[in-house]
Amino acid sequence: MAPLSPVRRTLSVVGEVLITLGVVLALFVAYQLVWTNVRADRETEVARAEVEESWIRPPRSASAQAPAAEAPTVQPGVGFALMYIPRLRESVWATPVVHGVTSADLTRGLGHYPTTALPGEPGNFAVAGHRATNGEPLRDVQRLQPGDLVVVETADQWFTYRLDRDRIVLPSDVWVLDPVPGDPTATPTQALITLTTCHPRWESAQRWVWWGTLVEVTGKDGPPPAAVAT
Amino acid sequence: MYAALWRALPGPTAMKVLEAALLLLAVVWVLFEWVFPWAEQSLPFLDVTVDDGQ
Repeated sequence: MAPLSPVRRTLSVVGEVLITLGVVLALFVAYQLVWTNVRADRETEVARAEVEESWIRPPRSASAQAPAAEAPTVQPGVGFALMYIPRLRESVWATPVVHGVTSADLTRGLGHYPTTALPGEPGNFAVAGHRATNGEPLRDVQRLQPGDLVVVETADQWFTYRLDRDRIVLPSDVWVLDPVPGDPTATPTQALITLTTCHPRWESAQRWVWWGTLVEVTGKDGPPPAAVAT
Repeated sequence: MYAALWRALPGPTAMKVLEAALLLLAVVWVLFEWVFPWAEQSLPFLDVTVDDGQ
């Protein structure tokens, strides 16, 4: 084979580098659109199993008083509840809610803003979830409508919230998490739920926020709420 | 570049094919485990929370 001239040799290296970059970019797209979801689905399965396992407790001794409404115990990065949204059944059904909103937390399901109320408490139970890549539980957030139910299952209870309003806000609008959103000085009397995710889906310049109000609490010794009964 | 790499791989052709495939797998693994998760941080898809911009 005749040796290439220096110019052609250089051009051939440049061409190979460009082709390589193209392949790497295509791989990155595959990573984002497919692999992050595969990985997140796996981690979500594990987190769900951990939540369910944490609910299995030795029966209380007869002397211990059973509290009527026991708040779930939470630790950072650990799931403590499962969420069901009938409207988004393909993506939010027995989805673990992990205490925390770090990247690692949000890959394992939905993330509970750690400074906000727990399910059923007066105030605001605020939850964030991915809308694009990494499991994307809230990918279909645009399908939610006022009146839709969100059911949160904890160790002992089912909490049913009814969504009543939504708003698109800026990422800096932390007031949406207030115990009484929009009224920082108010003392909460109602138990609310807040869902936040990115908007627009592939840009995230804003946040899409949904609020709901607790409408029903049932113990797990009875049947599950109709919204989750299959 | 790749021609030089091919020549540098030892052994007969069948061996070279195997070595090239292993190298490719190693590169893809490094990309998926370290490079892409790092690059992902600068894309907006992970931003789903409201915060103080910290």
